[in-house]
Amino acid sequence: MAHAYTAGLKVSRRTTVRKERILPVSGEVLVAKGSSVRAETVVARAHIAGSVSSVNVVAQLGISPGSIREYMMKREGDPVEQGEVIAATKSRFKWFRTLVRSPATGTVETVSTITGQVLIRHPPRPVEIPAYLDGTVVEVREAQGVVVEAEAAYVQGIFGVGGEATGTLRLACDRPGESVGPEALTADMAGAVVVVGERITSALFSRSRQIGIAALIGGGIHDSDLRGLLGYDIGVAITGQEAITPTLIMTEGFGEIAMARTTFEVLRSHAGRRASVNGATQIRAGVVRPEVIVPLGEVGHRDDAAESRADRRPSTGLEVGMQVRIIREPGFGRIGTVVSLPAGLVRIETEAEVRVVEVRCEDGGVVVVPRANVEVIEQD
Amino acid sequence: MSRSSTGHQVIVATDCGSTTTKAILIERTPQGYRQTFRAEAPTTVEAPFEDVTRGVLNAFSELEEISGRRILDGERIITPASGPVGVDLYVSTSSAGGGLQMMVAGAVLTMTAESAARAALGAGAIVMDVMASNDGRPAHEKIERIRKLRPDIVLLSGGTDGGTVTHVVELAEYLAAARPAPRLGGSFKLPVIFAGNKDAREAVKEILAETADLHVTENIRPVLERENLGPARSEIQKLFLEHVMAQAPGYRTLVSMTGAPIMPTPAAVGALIQSVAARQRINVVGVDIGGATTDVFSVFDGTFNRTVSANLGMSYSISNVLAEAGIENIRRWVPFEVQEGALRDAIKNKMIRPTTIPQRLEDLKIEQALAREALRRAFEQHKLLATGLKGIQKKRTISSSFAPGAAPQETIIDMAALDLLIGSGGVLSHAPRRSQAMMILIDAFEPEGITRLAVDSIFMMPHLGVLAQVNETAAQEVFARDCLVELGTCVSPLNRAKPGSKAFDYSIAAAGTTLEGTVMAGELRLERVPPDQEVVLDVRPGRGVDMGEGSGRPVRARVRGGLVGIVLDGRGRPLALPSEEAERKSLVTAWSTALDAYPL
Repeated sequence: MAHAYTAGLKVSRRTTVRKERILPVSGEVLVAKGSSVRAETVVARAHIAGSVSSVNVVAQLGISPGSIREYMMKREGDPVEQGEVIAATKSRFKWFRTLVRSPATGTVETVSTITGQVLIRHPPRPVEIPAYLDGTVVEVREAQGVVVEAEAAYVQGIFGVGGEATGTLRLACDRPGESVGPEALTADMAGAVVVVGERITSALFSRSRQIGIAALIGGGIHDSDLRGLLGYDIGVAITGQEAITPTLIMTEGFGEIAMARTTFEVLRSHAGRRASVNGATQIRAGVVRPEVIVPLGEVGHRDDAAESRADRRPSTGLEVGMQVRIIREPGFGRIGTVVSLPAGLVRIETEAEVRVVEVRCEDGGVVVVPRANVEVIEQD
Repeated sequence: MSRSSTGHQVIVATDCGSTTTKAILIERTPQGYRQTFRAEAPTTVEAPFEDVTRGVLNAFSELEEISGRRILDGERIITPASGPVGVDLYVSTSSAGGGLQMMVAGAVLTMTAESAARAALGAGAIVMDVMASNDGRPAHEKIERIRKLRPDIVLLSGGTDGGTVTHVVELAEYLAAARPAPRLGGSFKLPVIFAGNKDAREAVKEILAETADLHVTENIRPVLERENLGPARSEIQKLFLEHVMAQAPGYRTLVSMTGAPIMPTPAAVGALIQSVAARQRINVVGVDIGGATTDVFSVFDGTFNRTVSANLGMSYSISNVLAEAGIENIRRWVPFEVQEGALRDAIKNKMIRPTTIPQRLEDLKIEQALAREALRRAFEQHKLLATGLKGIQKKRTISSSFAPGAAPQETIIDMAALDLLIGSGGVLSHAPRRSQAMMILIDAFEPEGITRLAVDSIFMMPHLGVLAQVNETAAQEVFARDCLVELGTCVSPLNRAKPGSKAFDYSIAAAGTTLEGTVMAGELRLERVPPDQEVVLDVRPGRGVDMGEGSGRPVRARVRGGLVGIVLDGRGRPLALPSEEAERKSLVTAWSTALDAYPL
């Protein structure tokens, strides 16, 4: 059987983070291999073909599609301004002429002798890709983009909303689980990435927005609050495109749940440094989790000796002594240590026969949990 | 790699799913073909492996360990079989990497565009969008939509032969203007199949020559009264192999390993269900409820339909089930108090950690409530697409179809004529008690009259579907013996008896004994009749109750038992639950008690 446990979220005190920064279409790379970049540095730029407007010229002029070219005043490839005449009926008296004007500025792309419609291509739209994290360009892919690398502390969340953001890492509390009211968020946190060690409430979100906080990192959130913030229910877990500020990252899940201590400690140890975060989440094959990256070194400086790549470490499955998190009720969110892995199938309350794990929780109690309902807390 | 189909002694088949690659071993025994061993391994299409054959080889290795048969010599499949070594045939299906994703377009939404959607769905695709000249979207919106979708293949249809050219060419122009890129392999031209008015072929070729990899095939709607989906479906499956699969990591190797073309998973399931319906001359509905999507297949009077509800599923898409069905529709199946906030959080937690399983009985009941609603909605969507073409000439013309509010065709899904309902997917196949799966299917699909119910034991319909292409005997024998788990038979009126009145009397005669009883309106009852036992069922409906033969008319039929038995459903159709909370909870509890669905 395949491993019946969930691979854990990565929490790393120091790892090498590599990020591909790739353009959606071919374009120009603006930085060289080896150069130091800041999160805001534009590393690549391209122009995306503009959108298209259509004009039904034959309907407006009352002519047949086959004769459209006789009435066109512009040809394919000609530039046009919004409102400029592109076709007209023929008449000796100009006040009797019916004029067709371009609905947009751009270029005449096609003149169809079958449908009688003219397509106007809008001007290309520039798109710029920032470096996203303070680091070094380690690879240049011609006309596509770059790979930026940095030594960094790295924390994966379980779910997030909102896109990329960068700011100084700040803490709004001293320990995980500590109640944080909106007053704990102060005006000097504008533009910062702020950590709260418990549930993100609507009040915290509203205050963050008011101040201009870049991102909020918390343990959990109530689904009803999230729905209120977004104005709709998230049906499928593909996020990152939401037009909300601040970006939200939850490290544990939905409900009244505090941030795991290890996660909190890693973040606390780097308070004051610049952090790059992304709320984008995709929970399908090819999982994408939200992340907090705190580059550790000076820009352009890499401590190769300290390199450790969490994602290169082979996943070995559950083992006695591993720290795990229970990820389903009963006991959702509890953290403990694996004390045994019974080999046989065990009948649980639902009558399903499953493989289980015995976990000693932080309060000393031992619970039996389906292996599918724990995740390893990965640390290095 | 295969012997002649009659010579296959040992067959191995895989389904490369988006998360798991499942392998089964089929062996010829003195009693015929049997499925003997099964193994699975994580699918390896994604990083860090990016080679689908890794997962296949891992699944084979496990199969070797479990079965004792040597299948691999290094990374090569040993063939032919000789004693405990090797296999004679390897076949595979695939839905890895998100399956086959298509966009379809046609001149009229309810005519050629709908036919195009049916062609794509039948070929095993997820239809990302259906575009039509009359879909109400302005040109720029259509073009933007095409640009953003990045499908694997586009199916462009439109116009009967000799009919409209303008609308079809207009769609081709939008397609060209969008300059669409394929999802996989950004440097390749997007495959576009044109299966529309033959008079528009030259114009379409001219417009799309530069921007697309154009393939022209027969019109899917040569005349209004007839669909011709076969050629377009074949072309889709050919392009799926040549382009989509060829771009997916490791598939070129996989193709070289198999003894028959790789099929998209849903296409294989559809092929199998069609073959079962044709062989047994019955009407069949099959459903596969997965983590992300729910597929529904039906064959009624020989007409096959398939739909995929891309965002209804039990893990990745579970939150969407709540969003679409609404909290009250979920809660109505739950026989205890559930706080909305806690339920919402629990559903979202399942979405973000999709591999977890319910540990508490209450959580299992909530998941099964969600399954009912996911299935119910997927089936509603299926009914909307599974429509006949009859009467179009009389009732509809092109101009009337362009008119807003044009009436949809009636569905061809007739629950009273359904013979067999097959459920597949973890929530049904792995329900701790079979009676839970039977209740979920009955509540979601509401079968009418007399209907057999079954579940796919270990999800091997895809394997058997692709196997049927090269060895139908083996596929049918394994399907009958090892794939289907017979749950039993459901007996239900087509309408509702008055509250407090009798729904029907019944008697079940078998092997010298007779089981008799009366089922009241709103009551559910179970008579245990084992699998493989055929009995004579007599049903005498109460006043005004229709069991399929007309109001009050008795029905006699030979029916089969199952692992659950014969469910006598007096609740009537459509199924209605009381709005009063205490009454509803008590009734839902009584129903599950009647079927012995949960431990007390």
